[in-house]
Amino acid sequence: MSARSLAAKAKSWSREQPWRLFGSQVSILVRNEVRRNLFTRRRIWIYLLAWIPVLIILAHTIFDTGPRGPAQLEEDTQVLAGIIQLYYFRLGIFFACMAIFTWLFRGEMVERTLHYQFLVPVRREVLVVGKFLAGVIVAIALFETAVFACFCFMYSRFGSAGKSYVFDGPGLGQLTSYLLVTALACLGYGAVFLALSLLFKNPIIPGVVIMGWETIAPIFPAWAQRLSVTFYLKHLCPVTLPLDGPLAIFTIVAEPVSPFLAVFGLLCLTVSILALSCFLIHRLEITYTVE
Amino acid sequence: MTPGARQIVFENVSKFYGEVLGVNKVSFSLEPGITSLVGPNGSGKTTLMNLLTGLIRPSQGAIHVLGLTPQQPIEFFRQVGYCTQFDSFPPGTNGYDFIYWPLRLHGFGREQAAKLTNEALERAGMAQVARRKVAGYSKGMRQRIRLAQAIAHHPSVLVLDEPLNGLDPMARSESIALFEAIAKQGMHVIISSHILEEVDRISDRVVLMSSGYVVAEGQIREVRREVQDHPMQILVRCSNAARLAAAAFELDHVVEAKILNDGHGVLVRTRDAEQFYLLLNKIVSGGLVEVDAVAPADDDVNSIYQYLIGSDGGPA
Repeated sequence: MSARSLAAKAKSWSREQPWRLFGSQVSILVRNEVRRNLFTRRRIWIYLLAWIPVLIILAHTIFDTGPRGPAQLEEDTQVLAGIIQLYYFRLGIFFACMAIFTWLFRGEMVERTLHYQFLVPVRREVLVVGKFLAGVIVAIALFETAVFACFCFMYSRFGSAGKSYVFDGPGLGQLTSYLLVTALACLGYGAVFLALSLLFKNPIIPGVVIMGWETIAPIFPAWAQRLSVTFYLKHLCPVTLPLDGPLAIFTIVAEPVSPFLAVFGLLCLTVSILALSCFLIHRLEITYTVE
Repeated sequence: MTPGARQIVFENVSKFYGEVLGVNKVSFSLEPGITSLVGPNGSGKTTLMNLLTGLIRPSQGAIHVLGLTPQQPIEFFRQVGYCTQFDSFPPGTNGYDFIYWPLRLHGFGREQAAKLTNEALERAGMAQVARRKVAGYSKGMRQRIRLAQAIAHHPSVLVLDEPLNGLDPMARSESIALFEAIAKQGMHVIISSHILEEVDRISDRVVLMSSGYVVAEGQIREVRREVQDHPMQILVRCSNAARLAAAAFELDHVVEAKILNDGHGVLVRTRDAEQFYLLLNKIVSGGLVEVDAVAPADDDVNSIYQYLIGSDGGPA
């Protein structure tokens, strides 16, 4: 089959699809899932995961009465980088995404409500996309606001020096990078955990394996590193952490990649894993008794 | 329209859960009307319904509903409504939203979805409590709100798993009237129920199941005729019961003729009902006996169930 006939077929297939219906279904699914995931008491620990560093930095801002000169500003920039790169990207976003995205389907199996989603005229791929987007919105809303708050509180204690660092110095660029990396982390980890929840009845153990892989991936060859989310995130972080000893594993950059390629690579990884989820959802059956 | 376009067709369908049999080699086709799935617990009724609606996939065989399969969800679920037995609801939902949002997923606009929601709530008798949280509903109300959701989009095939469970007599009779009204519009209504008297009253045909196998399938009287092991029982209310009993006994195929306690009738058990009716005609036209009423006494679902499946739930 020639490329031209293949393209013509794809075009005619695309024309036959009810894209408008898919769009409205996705928006309804997103609305329902966001309400289910964001506004529920069960999710309090995810709020804590996102906001504990904010509270610590706020306390530091209020109670630390020490000197506030350029050296401290430099030191706090490193501390903020550590919090974002070591806590948020490695732990906070990781575990929050694990909770949010594995619950999207597995949670409905546990609550015995997934059949309602399977008995409406919605393609299962649309269901996957709708639920994924809802999870992404919840995760991004939580962690972008948390990272933004961390940044604001960290530099607010420096007064005009802090303001100057943010608006006249590298601060605003760093904030933009952190927000971008946070969003990408939510996308990447979200896709991974959504797929895991469709592959395994109990995705916790595979989740721990993924965490191990994300940690040790830097010691593997460059092609293998591309299969980890942190590989792409690391290249987008604006501040390099001066870590020594075993912790240095978190900062190893085996092969430098341009920010554009890092973003593109992570989006490709996300789309690939999402496509796998779309395939896996077709195998899912409603057998609550064996859950 | 192709012949299968109005039918529900099971072609050699089997379902195994690991090594456990769900249903085995099920083949039948159903015409519009009310079909009851009857069988003891674990006989495969719910498995059959879940297969029909695509909640589970067959290990082998194929299922077509009005020429569609669940792999075409947009077309399929516009035609099919399923009221499952799972007594669970999305957390925090109220009765109205439980019906409204699935309708929006069907592609109905806000106004149309609201109209259909209100209509379904009215039909299920739930309009007054629609804004209350489902978590606060009684079992009967939860059953009815699930029914309302299943019928809200006006499906051509309505699948109901134990729809009368938990309903009070009034609600039960209203639900049955609703099923009959839907079936009269030329739709499929497939019901599983263990309340055999009610199944018998409303069903056009039955599918009798036991241990994952379809034991018998068809119109109730046809199925009864095919059960050769158990002679048919015919109740005759008449003036001269002793005379009729004596005449009946002369026939080879009559195995029992019992005069009723009040003396005004005979219960006949025969292996050939047609021959007995011929004899009865002859006796009546001869003026020997005055007949008030004649009725089969065991061509109901309950009797067929007892004969084919037995009270212990095992195969006959």
